Amino acid sequence: MGYEIIIGLEVHVQLKTKSKMFCGCLTGFGARQNTQVCPVCLGLPGVLPVINKQSFEYALKAALALNCQIADFTKFDRKHYYYPDLPKNYQISQYDIPFSHDGYLDIKVDGKTKRVGITRVHLEEDAGKLIHPEEKESQYSLVDLNRTGMPLMEIVSEPDMNSPEEAHAYLTSLKEIMRYLGVSDCDMEKGTLRCDANLSLRPKGKKELGVKSEIKNLNSFKFVSKALAYEAKRQAELLEKGERIIQETRLWDEAKEVTRSMRSKEGAHDYRYFPEPDLEPIRIDEKWLADIRKTMPELPEARRSRLITQYGISNYEANVLTQEKIIIDYTEQALLKAKEQNVTLASVTNLTLGPVFKIINKQKIEFSEFTRKVPPENLVSLANELDKKTIVSTMSGVVLDEMFTSGKTARNIIKEKGLEQVSDKNALEPIIEEVIKNNQKIVADYKGGKKSAIMALVGQVMRASQGKANPQKVKELLTKHLG
Amino acid sequence: MDLYKKTASEIKELVLKKEIKSVEVTEDLFKRIDEVEPKIKAYLTLNKESALAQAKKIDEKIARNEKTGQLAGIPIALKDNLCTEGIKTTCASKILNNFIPPYDASVVKRIKEEDGIIIGKTNLDEFAMGSSTENSAFGPSRNPWDPARVPGGSSGGSAAAIAADLAFLALGSDTGGSIRQPAALSGIVGLKPTYGRVSRYGLVAYASSLDQIGPMTKDVRDAALFLNVLAGQDPADSTSVPLETPDHLEKISRGVKGLKIGVPKEFFVAGLDKEVKESIDQGLKVYEKLGAEISQISLPHTEHGIATYYLIAPSEASSNLARYDGIHYGHQTKSSKGLIDMYSQSRSEGFGDEVKRRIMLGTFSLSSGYYDAYYLRALKVRQLIKQDFDEAFKKVDVIMGPTSPIPAFKFGEKAANPLQMYLCDVFTVTTNLAGLPGISIPCGFTKSSLPIGLQILGRPFDETTLLQTAYAFEQKTEFHKTKPRI
Repeated sequence: MGYEIIIGLEVHVQLKTKSKMFCGCLTGFGARQNTQVCPVCLGLPGVLPVINKQSFEYALKAALALNCQIADFTKFDRKHYYYPDLPKNYQISQYDIPFSHDGYLDIKVDGKTKRVGITRVHLEEDAGKLIHPEEKESQYSLVDLNRTGMPLMEIVSEPDMNSPEEAHAYLTSLKEIMRYLGVSDCDMEKGTLRCDANLSLRPKGKKELGVKSEIKNLNSFKFVSKALAYEAKRQAELLEKGERIIQETRLWDEAKEVTRSMRSKEGAHDYRYFPEPDLEPIRIDEKWLADIRKTMPELPEARRSRLITQYGISNYEANVLTQEKIIIDYTEQALLKAKEQNVTLASVTNLTLGPVFKIINKQKIEFSEFTRKVPPENLVSLANELDKKTIVSTMSGVVLDEMFTSGKTARNIIKEKGLEQVSDKNALEPIIEEVIKNNQKIVADYKGGKKSAIMALVGQVMRASQGKANPQKVKELLTKHLG
Repeated sequence: MDLYKKTASEIKELVLKKEIKSVEVTEDLFKRIDEVEPKIKAYLTLNKESALAQAKKIDEKIARNEKTGQLAGIPIALKDNLCTEGIKTTCASKILNNFIPPYDASVVKRIKEEDGIIIGKTNLDEFAMGSSTENSAFGPSRNPWDPARVPGGSSGGSAAAIAADLAFLALGSDTGGSIRQPAALSGIVGLKPTYGRVSRYGLVAYASSLDQIGPMTKDVRDAALFLNVLAGQDPADSTSVPLETPDHLEKISRGVKGLKIGVPKEFFVAGLDKEVKESIDQGLKVYEKLGAEISQISLPHTEHGIATYYLIAPSEASSNLARYDGIHYGHQTKSSKGLIDMYSQSRSEGFGDEVKRRIMLGTFSLSSGYYDAYYLRALKVRQLIKQDFDEAFKKVDVIMGPTSPIPAFKFGEKAANPLQMYLCDVFTVTTNLAGLPGISIPCGFTKSSLPIGLQILGRPFDETTLLQTAYAFEQKTEFHKTKPRI
């Protein structure tokens, strides 16, 4: 029997505010344990929360980008459970009136667009972390409360995804949007994006959903795909054997690449939610929303379509360039300048996709560092040199490397290092004669009818000229010589 | 010199005129405390050394003719559920027996900024839950008028301290009457401001939507002086209200001519002590003579006040007290098997019976399946109670009646039956549910010399009228000047 996979994702995104959600503590990553804390986030007797407006506005931005309905009235609630990483033993969260609901996210899989519903987006405070000592028999655990009270946004999707690939695309797109908005880094390694997945199977053609399992401990997008694929297979095998799926929480074991049962969900926890009396409810009016809309950047999907029509770049190029907002911001600035200066746009995009990415990857640097050293106008001037054929196109990497390390302009580097393209017959002839003399076998091949052998000779001349020779001209002269 | 008998306003005047030094006042007070405190047990912690050091600093300031704060040189007692940096704050609970806060409550900060002197922390019912201080884990305080009787509660320590001249000003907190009822039973002035008027930051929460800090004083002028310092928005408390604080002293002697006083018939029902009723009637006559217009009004939902309060307050308490788990601070059990056992052992050992009772009540009423029937319904009744007051205040300027249905009772008299104890709050809880300001002032004595309190309730944020009304009565009567013989 065929089964349809049904997947819903619950994603927690840590918002990138300077201070925590209900107190003034800093939110930096990697600080020494229990140093980013104060009486409020420690939950000491007598303290009161005060909402960080920035966290709320970041969340509103995110919800708008996810096409959500925004509530005009919202409130916070207390969710109770006992755990040592939660010093108040309740979490300030949102229960029955989340600030936003009923949105969607369009994802692309195999070139096809699919709409995934967003059930709700709400805001809550993060808990701390428990650190378990490495000795197995130890009688204690340590608590780090630096993360306690960080603003956390929960995004719950509808069970609209039907394959691990779709789940992966959903996460990728979500991350891309959050990063465009600048509200979160969505870095799974640092825990600024966390994902729980619900998966169930239903026989093809049936309407009612099957019993789902919730999968936790998914620490990368890759693991999400792997775990979902595994879980779908596991459930299908059980169903084939005529066994029942039980509703439970399962942990992804990344070493063994399996999901393992963690606890049965049958005795559901009673969180005793009730409205947080220490915080006033929040009214969201149109003016506030309009102000927030004004600060929202163009979102990745819209930007891609626009780039394709405005600059005539390819679908592929648009996809690669828009993965990070900072990259396309930079490239687009360069493209605008290029237009002004009648520089070929393709020269600019080729530079970004080629030598620029190479530098980023090789030097392992942030893109922002590159933009500081090579501002867009400098990149355009390099493109201009290529257009004018001042240098051989394969030399662009060498020049850009030097631009990045020294901060000098393309023009100066080309001059100082004498990298200009050599097209002068008198300069090229001696090199060509030398190459012919030293490569008699290739010459013989060519003369014997293997016309493509000439490219090997061109290569030799290029090498001998330290890459500066005009390859067109070289080929022309060689053909003449051997003719 | 018997300086301890004076009011805070009198002390302030003498100190500023350089007729006496704050150090002398403080020393005199501690001498009084040494003599009387063993019989009263108003305090849990005394802060003599740093109080004297602070008094010395203020004397020096005055000697240099520097500008001084509004509470310059006045020794002040704080209920032990207000956080004080470096001074133990126990809430009269074993679970916080050794808890020393790293920060000051906002009101404590204000007192310090206004040059007040903190002399100690007073006793209370554990976590402010009770009406007698009998729920204190460290033993009850005694009523200065009769040591066999309770001073009222939960701010009983503060009330006893003021009544016995062991402090010039004291702070209490009022969730269902915890300032006004002990003020009435101990024969002092107790003011519960409007919810949102005074910052709650640093007040150890019992029921967040009801708790309010307020002054407990020897007379009405002192209450106005103290409220001027306490009131005002605080960025650390989102529920504090952004309103200008009027000068409550400025127009205090305006009088009550033409003032419309409403007397709710629901406050004069079976269970109201005969002598209390007579005193209140006499008090109303005083107002009549002063030119006020008295009429009967109705607050029809008063009878549901206790039931509503004892659902909402314990529900919030069950949540607020969840943090006392022995993990991060406070009492931790010595014997436990695993995490869950550690939680339950620490809490079983640390909390007293009444606190446990309310945590259980609250946990039950918030549980899924019961929430709608209990907590949610209580919220709806709370709205009805609030509407009663809204309607009443369309017709009258203030509402008057007894603070407590009975005068101070004997130790053990009500402790055996929690419901009996809860019924003591019948005239005070509705004020908290509606968020209104209320004051209790001395208005008479029983034949056996137990004080009786008159309660005056006002419109939201109209503490000014409340204080003017109370002050007019005080000017015509001597009850507040009568002192207990200890």
